[in-house]
Amino acid sequence: MNNRNVILVIGAFVVHLLLQVLVFKDIVMFNVAFCFIYVGFLLLLPFEMNNMALVVIGFIAGITVDIFYDSLGIHASATVFMMFIRGQWVKLITPRGGYEVGAAPTIKAMGFQWFSGYVLPLLFLHQFVLFFVEASGFGLFFFTISKVLSSTIFTFIVLVLGQYLFYTKKASA
Amino acid sequence: MRRLLLFLLRHRAFLLFLFLEIICGWLIVQNNSYQSATFFNSSNSIAANILSVSNDVTSYFSLRTENKDLAQEIARLQAKLDEKPKEVILVDSTTNIAEIDTLEESRYEFQTAEVINNSTRRFNNYLTIDKGSVDGVLPNMGVVGGGGVVGKIKYTSNHYSVVTSLLHADFYISSKVKDKINLCSTKWDHLDPSYASLLFVPKHINLQVGDTVVTSGFNSIYPEDVPIGVVSTVQIPEEATFFNAKIKLVNDFSRLSYVHIVQNLMRNEKDSLESLIQPENE
Repeated sequence: MNNRNVILVIGAFVVHLLLQVLVFKDIVMFNVAFCFIYVGFLLLLPFEMNNMALVVIGFIAGITVDIFYDSLGIHASATVFMMFIRGQWVKLITPRGGYEVGAAPTIKAMGFQWFSGYVLPLLFLHQFVLFFVEASGFGLFFFTISKVLSSTIFTFIVLVLGQYLFYTKKASA
Repeated sequence: MRRLLLFLLRHRAFLLFLFLEIICGWLIVQNNSYQSATFFNSSNSIAANILSVSNDVTSYFSLRTENKDLAQEIARLQAKLDEKPKEVILVDSTTNIAEIDTLEESRYEFQTAEVINNSTRRFNNYLTIDKGSVDGVLPNMGVVGGGGVVGKIKYTSNHYSVVTSLLHADFYISSKVKDKINLCSTKWDHLDPSYASLLFVPKHINLQVGDTVVTSGFNSIYPEDVPIGVVSTVQIPEEATFFNAKIKLVNDFSRLSYVHIVQNLMRNEKDSLESLIQPENE
């Protein structure tokens, strides 16, 4: 990773977090579907980053969102968990011939089918941990699971739209 | 020893993951515990300033409804003002001096604050307001507004505070049903931000749909008779001691833009008096 990439990553981090806490924080569909756009930033980090760095970045992003949500630790626990699984998951679903050097997990680089297979389970895990930790138990199981599923779908749709709108030109950056 | 180090080195990613998750767990527990002052909440200066700027922009979109709410508030206060003289007059007709219990009048002080951050759709909801310890705000003060109870202060920084909303899992309000029962509790049940549950109303009370629920004033956080909601459904379950009742909250929490912080001037006196009898209870 060269310096230019580090600056790009930091820029993307700030943009995603500001979008999350200023815009998407107040958008809730049908009372159950939330959008966690900042997770998109974490999922689109380049393949070549090692697991330790991924988990640490996940922790920082989670804590930052928590500060604005007044839910200290809840988002962080979900993102740390998701980022740890991401490392294993990326290895598991390596396409034939491996990943290209410097590639990022975007639709442009990897194709829609691979992308959804990569993103959906991780989003589900993130939201599963998030909502059940927030509910602190399985008391309202069906309400919480409906939140998990609908938020996963909503976030996925927003991420895909974002990919088609903004990432097409600089997919290999 | 060398093997142990090798083991640690090989699983360092997993160990780091475990370590960070433990930190998160610790933070969650800390945050839930009663009154711990931390830096990591939306009242810290960087976060609060960002939210405040954002609120400066978005607040313009709700000016119309805000004006309407303020007009209603003025009408309510005006009505209250008109009532006042009647209470005062007939105390001592021989001397013609009205004796007013001024102590009761000045028991509570109110301070207005603007809501700069709000949530209603989560399991535990919080608000951020633009008054802090510099303005004399302390944790555990009550917050009312929009015609009813809003919550109570959780954290304060110099210029901002975080308020635990009524829409929070651990939030019980000591309440009463007007003219019927003096002691029951209101608690939100996570599902709908405009409804809450009314707990501990015994079966012999004639609880009916449409009854008004207000604060009891027992817990020295809120004044007496601040509206909470109106009973909307009543069920009497078999073999249960209490009613199963829901109330519709007076406040539309998603629309709150200004709130009042309640300061009980006699709180210390009341609490220290009551703390004297604690050992006997246990």
